[in-house]
Amino acid sequence: MAVPSYATPAERIWYYAFRVICGLIFFFLIAPIIVIVPLAFNAQPYFTFTREMLALDPEGYSLRWYRALLGSSEWMGSIRNSFIISVSTTIIATALGTLAALGLNRRNMPARGIITAILISPMIVPLIITAAALFSFFARAGLANTFPGIILSHVVLGTPFVVLTVTASLAGFDETLIRASQSLGANQSRTFFKVILPLLLPGVIAGALFAFVTSLDEVVIVNFMAGPAQTPMTVRMFSGLREEISPTILALASLLVALSIILLTTLELIRRRNERLRGMSPG
Amino acid sequence: MASTEGVIKEPILAADGTPLKQALRRSQARERRAAFFLVAPLLLFILIVFAVPIASMIWRSVYNPEVRNFLPQTASALQQWDGEDVPPEPVFQAMAADMIVGVENRTIGRAAARINREIPGARSRMMRTARAVDEWSAPYSEKFLEADERWADLEFWRLLKRETRLITPAYYLLALDYEYTAEGEIRPRPEVYQIYKSLFWRTAWMSMLITGICILLAYPISYLMATQPTRIANLLLILVLLPFWTSLLVRTSAWIVLLQQQGVVNELLVALDIIDERGRLRMIYNRTGTIIAMTHILLPFMVLPLYSVMKTIPPSYLRAAKSLGAHPFRAWWRVYFPLTIPGLAAGCILVFILAIGYYITPALVGGDSGIFISNLIAQNMQGSSAQLKLAAALATILLAAVLIIYWVFNKLVGVDKLKFG
Repeated sequence: MAVPSYATPAERIWYYAFRVICGLIFFFLIAPIIVIVPLAFNAQPYFTFTREMLALDPEGYSLRWYRALLGSSEWMGSIRNSFIISVSTTIIATALGTLAALGLNRRNMPARGIITAILISPMIVPLIITAAALFSFFARAGLANTFPGIILSHVVLGTPFVVLTVTASLAGFDETLIRASQSLGANQSRTFFKVILPLLLPGVIAGALFAFVTSLDEVVIVNFMAGPAQTPMTVRMFSGLREEISPTILALASLLVALSIILLTTLELIRRRNERLRGMSPG
Repeated sequence: MASTEGVIKEPILAADGTPLKQALRRSQARERRAAFFLVAPLLLFILIVFAVPIASMIWRSVYNPEVRNFLPQTASALQQWDGEDVPPEPVFQAMAADMIVGVENRTIGRAAARINREIPGARSRMMRTARAVDEWSAPYSEKFLEADERWADLEFWRLLKRETRLITPAYYLLALDYEYTAEGEIRPRPEVYQIYKSLFWRTAWMSMLITGICILLAYPISYLMATQPTRIANLLLILVLLPFWTSLLVRTSAWIVLLQQQGVVNELLVALDIIDERGRLRMIYNRTGTIIAMTHILLPFMVLPLYSVMKTIPPSYLRAAKSLGAHPFRAWWRVYFPLTIPGLAAGCILVFILAIGYYITPALVGGDSGIFISNLIAQNMQGSSAQLKLAAALATILLAAVLIIYWVFNKLVGVDKLKFG
């Protein structure tokens, strides 16, 4: 959208000023994330660009913080804990959430409104309240400071996303396909795995990614719930940022940025595939 | 349809011979059950692992069983007492009996500690008497008063009677900076202890401020994205989605790196001679830090619903308004802006609700002046059982606030307008 030739000077000024303003806002959004990547290569234990770095002197850069990260059994152990927690969470949350979304979207679902509200409620309740409630409850059940306790609470946080994304992909679902499959002799499970699941897959994957990221990023609940044996990387980062900050955290942060770029790309590819499929089918 | 009713006398039958109506009802019931069974596992899970813990937290914030559990006979004897004069002999007798049981079960220390919370100094008196009481005999009241004349203290007995209630609002009073006087009246706490009410207000106004800044920043870029060709819009959208998908801790640590006194922004300003070495700005570990970092973290939640609404508004509306003679601003205000209100409302509710419950970012960059009510909930969570109950009361108040806001939003706009991503 270029400036039309009939625009008044004031309109022209506004047109360019608007773009500059938008550029600054986008800069505000993206710059903080970009800036930590080079800082993680800092040869000095500082959180700022040294003179050597600005001069692009190779002396100013080093891999020492990455080495410190990858060589530390504490950091690597906590990264492993994080992945144990979030992978288990993703599997359970995706299974429970997908089933529930399938049920909620049946025509004859009783009390749909109230049940949906209950299933989505963990998303609305502030995290600190969920953490306070679950921690006291799990402590009495003997589940605090255990992996099952942490995973169960993360499943609570993750399922609403799965329910929402699968519901969204069910919105365009053609019910006659199920009847077609059954009339061709497929039994229930064959219909589910061969017809329903492939069509739902984009929604299921998107929901699973949401659940995975929610669990991987979660700090508040694990901060209360995790004992020394379960400490995930987020808790280690959190206490690291509170006490003494070393660029090791920035090295981990850069790796996490890379992970989020991968996730974002995956989601974008799913969305495109989805749009292509929708575009092909009539209606 | 009245004419057909006259013709058909017999009910229509299904293939197996049952009346069609009945067969239909039965098959619908079967489908309802099937649908419900699919939902049941998650529903059960959420009820047990989420709803029950929340309910039990709310219950614990008012539940006050200690005195009744530790001193059961005294509690029931005190029900007869009118609170006007030193309690009669049965009360002292019950207290003696409770103390003997308490010493045996080693619960007397906990009872004394609980009462000490209401009356400082009561613990040592109770413990001393409890150690001696098994050698005493009736009349107990004289023995008690001989041992320590403060057993005649009416305030102590009145407080004890008050604390035999199973349900107490005491923790809510504390959460709102009130307390009981010795006479059982409610009064504001001394000013030095008043922290929670002001923190609730601070949480509310800072969340509103953050929501406001998010509107100001999200509106222009959403509009820009909505008016660009799809390819460019998708590229710009990535600039919004990347922060959205990046870990919260990563973004918070990025702001620490940027804003601290030896950080990137201050170094840049010094290098450009805008400020001198001693004039380095304090932008973090205070309110400013919280506002900047939280605005950055919550901005995508405003942009995404706004953008999804703006995409559906045809640009010809604005052109039509202008061609009819409206000033560009007037055209925007009267035509475009009202159409974006659903997206704006959805963004506001998301950002505001997320903001008032925020914990991590204020804890890391907020210092003392930038913390939210959540930080004090977390702090009290790591304390004594009384602090745990206070944390439960604070959390319940916050939860009620969120639910009310959500309910009002639902009445005004409708929750189904909420869109994610």
